[in-house]
Amino acid sequence: MNHDMNITLKVWRQENTNASGRFEEHKVVANPDMSFLEMFDVLNEQLIETGKEPIAFDHDCREGICGMCSMVINGRPHGPKRGVTTCQLHMRSFKDGDTITVEPWRANAFPVIKDLSVNRGAFDRIISAGGFVSVNTGNAVDANAILIPKEVADEAFEAATCIGCGACVSACKNASAMLFVGAKVTQLAKLPQGQPERETRVVAMVNQMDAEGFGACTNTGACSAECPKQIPLSVIANLNKEYYRAKMNGK
Amino acid sequence: MKLDAKIPQGPVSEKWNSYKSSVPLVNPANKRNLEIIVVGTGLAGSSAASTLAELGYKVKAFCFQDSPRRAHSIAAQGGINAAKNYQNDGDSVHRLFYDTIKGGDFRAREGNVHRLAEVSVNIIDQCVAAGVPFAREYGGTLSNRSFGGTQVQRTFYAAGQTGQQLLLGAYSGLERQVGLGNVKMYSRHEMIELVIIDGKARGIIARNLVTGKLERHFGHAVLLCTGGYGNVFYLSTNAMGSNVTAAWKAHRQGAYFGNPCFTQIHPTCIPVSGHYQSKLTLMSESLRNDGRIWVPKKQGDDRHPNDIPEEERDYYLERRYPAFGNLVPRDIASRAAKERCDAGYGVGSSKMAVYLDFRYNMVNKYGRAEASKRGIENPSEDILVALGKEVVKEQYGNLFDMYKQITDEDPYEAPMRIYPAVHYTMGGLWVDYELQTTVPGLYALGEANFSDHGANRLGASALMQGLADGYFVIPYTIGNYLSKEIHTKPITTDHEAFVAAEKIANDRIQQLMNINGKRSAESYHRELGLIMWDKCGMARNEAGLKQAISEIRALREDFYKNVRVPGKVEEFNPELDKAGRVADFLELGELMCIDALDRNESCGGHFREEYQTEEGEAMRDDDKYAYVSAWEYKGSDWQLHKEELNYENIKVQQRSYK
Ligand SMILES: Cc1cc2nc3c(=O)[nH]c(=O)nc-3n(C[C@H](O)[C@H](O)[C@H](O)COP(=O)(O)OP(=O)(O)OC[C@H]3O[C@@H](n4cnc5c(N)ncnc54)[C@H](O)[C@@H]3O)c2cc1C
Ligand code: SF4
Ligand code: FES
Repeated sequence: MNHDMNITLKVWRQENTNASGRFEEHKVVANPDMSFLEMFDVLNEQLIETGKEPIAFDHDCREGICGMCSMVINGRPHGPKRGVTTCQLHMRSFKDGDTITVEPWRANAFPVIKDLSVNRGAFDRIISAGGFVSVNTGNAVDANAILIPKEVADEAFEAATCIGCGACVSACKNASAMLFVGAKVTQLAKLPQGQPERETRVVAMVNQMDAEGFGACTNTGACSAECPKQIPLSVIANLNKEYYRAKMNGK
Repeated sequence: MKLDAKIPQGPVSEKWNSYKSSVPLVNPANKRNLEIIVVGTGLAGSSAASTLAELGYKVKAFCFQDSPRRAHSIAAQGGINAAKNYQNDGDSVHRLFYDTIKGGDFRAREGNVHRLAEVSVNIIDQCVAAGVPFAREYGGTLSNRSFGGTQVQRTFYAAGQTGQQLLLGAYSGLERQVGLGNVKMYSRHEMIELVIIDGKARGIIARNLVTGKLERHFGHAVLLCTGGYGNVFYLSTNAMGSNVTAAWKAHRQGAYFGNPCFTQIHPTCIPVSGHYQSKLTLMSESLRNDGRIWVPKKQGDDRHPNDIPEEERDYYLERRYPAFGNLVPRDIASRAAKERCDAGYGVGSSKMAVYLDFRYNMVNKYGRAEASKRGIENPSEDILVALGKEVVKEQYGNLFDMYKQITDEDPYEAPMRIYPAVHYTMGGLWVDYELQTTVPGLYALGEANFSDHGANRLGASALMQGLADGYFVIPYTIGNYLSKEIHTKPITTDHEAFVAAEKIANDRIQQLMNINGKRSAESYHRELGLIMWDKCGMARNEAGLKQAISEIRALREDFYKNVRVPGKVEEFNPELDKAGRVADFLELGELMCIDALDRNESCGGHFREEYQTEEGEAMRDDDKYAYVSAWEYKGSDWQLHKEELNYENIKVQQRSYK
């Protein structure tokens, strides 16, 4: 499979946070084995060579793990394929002649910096509020001193695979961050190491989440459906459970 | 200047302990008045910043991504080594020490490596305590796998996402300190100049990548934890933003660069597919636990791999290196793949690939074990495959998915096609035992320094080194410096040295913006990468290196005439960020070739075609080259300083994995 694909892109352009944005149309010749971001590289190269402004977008690892890439493609965060980040999406998922709309994450808590780049600092502040185990370097006991059943470790790991990309927020009509917060709360609530701060953690993280202006969860499930790491909806149920438990205990 | 590595006296196994018990300390009240700048928030930077903050220092941390959690460490896949000997298979601190020195082809310091092996055990404890969900056995204990260059199982892992889990652990510790007000975090900030006052590192000039404005930051000490420079090759397994800029600016200000030509080419990566390719994707070394590498015995054999019968396959690593087989160190596996492909046995449409095949172990190792666990007697091959597939999926699922996503081929059904790619740089800023560079008060940690891996790094040892440096080494060694700084008041950033450094940085930006040529920075980067890969890559020779040096000089000259940086300075401008990084790579590339040319021997990842045994193995020259090359920047040239390597505990010998 190695034929040219003629693609029309409708890309969101916005000069800075305060500017108003608009869609701009571009034509680009792609190749089915190219990644979606490589197509943007080709387009930007064209723009630079013809004296125009390239499109700003975030990316780094380009292998689906850093969580930096963040494009809403044809209305869906990270595009049409399940369980895949923007950077892992390949042009073979599209057809010759397609018109593709590309926008930044849309959420009040994630203001646009420029074009397709947004500010996700709110996620760091939520982690900073409580998404950790308070253990100073040097305080640890031998790693095998506390046994953890394999199923528990696996469940914690599954929740811990969240890459902090924010697609869940972008997918949600309320811009809720419950999937992201639920994933971290679940990971640490499962593990014995997370027990001492189990209740204070969930309350602190939820308070910060609210302060950042993320919306409430109305159980639509779009977040989990669009999550590139397929973090399950059950982490939200778990987040609620942990939160009520903490509240009942007066935290 | 005479290089002093400051290795403590005494037997190698006691050096670190005696250092720790005699190093001067800084009392808690004084720590609060001392400020430390940590550039980089990967494993090295996050662990250093959080630990130093816990101790009471005032820390400022910087990263160029939008969050410290996205540092390139996040992408590490396979695992992290530690001499825990949980498997009771004969591991020990000494064995990890020995394996690392030997794996590095006897070009690393004994003192540093022994310390690394000693603290490795504490790292795992610390990570588990921080909530890192490592893989576990059914009994609840930690699980281990094997990596190349060793005969024990000492690698701890979390599926194929070990780096992610370790970094999120270190990052959460960092964010905790941010919340407590002990660390001030500057994301989307890039260090673009070092500030030196009276011969000591006292701060940095950083560019706020959102506003484009330059900022001055003071610190009593500066730590560079800025990662490796593999992206000088353009195509590598590194993240797109990984760069040498911070280290390079420090180098230009007096920090020597150690062993710049020591580059690790990783044997198992997804091959290049087209001219638009922007990066290469690693398939973790852990896959060599269960994957067997082969090519057809017949040149140009175009049959589907599954149709090539067993006896017509050449498992060339098992053939050439029976003792270690598929688990030979990376440099050896990479060269062996290149040798087969160059000789015409490569596979795939480009013929620049070999097979990594899981079928044998899927059936014989996992399939049979599962069948007997489930009491299935005389299972058919199909059943064995199905059962084996489940186990393989659990171990490597994310890697298999990634392979399928990129190549559109299903690795559960047919072998993967792989080829070596640039992956890691053993070279980096020269540091002494205390991780201090040749600039007092300037330290380098993690992949940014040259310290522990000699001429070739063993798999799963970079994560170990990054966390060792940050959690357990720097918190002690920095005391030796800062204990003498307790009377130094914070220096105002109006100081003339800050003004001058900012001017240098600003002039450089203006210069780039004003060229207004025709070509993108990216296109220069690609061209540089090709020169480096062809002439300073897996195999090097004198003529090629000389040619590369003149090509790089010409390319650099052209860059300063014809590059076009669009947009404005004072705005979010990724093209300007990139142009600055490419400009530094264009200088570093030259130094790498000069270093490779100086080293008239082959060792580890540095393979000079003129120096090989009859069997094509690397031929070291210990009489002439048992030294670390430390290069001093001299404006238009470099001066070489040599740090002799002395082996008191390990017998230096020809490395053999046969
Ligand atoms: C795909 C892949 C898989 C790997 N797998 C393994 C493995 O399984 N086991 C193993 O041991 N090793 C592995 N490695 C190697 C290992 O991941 C790295 O060597 C290690 O993570 C480097 O950590 P670090 O903290 O030194 O730097 P990094 O994690 O690269 O962090 C660099 C930091 O510096 C910042 N920075 C850089 N320049 C500047 C600047 N100018 N200004 C401000 N900030 C700056 C960045 O923002 C970032 O925060 C792998 C590497 C790759 C590429
Ligand atoms: S939960 Fe999923 S979508 Fe949300 S930040 Fe994590 S990985 Fe991204
Ligand atoms: S660029 Fe890292 S996840 Fe897409």
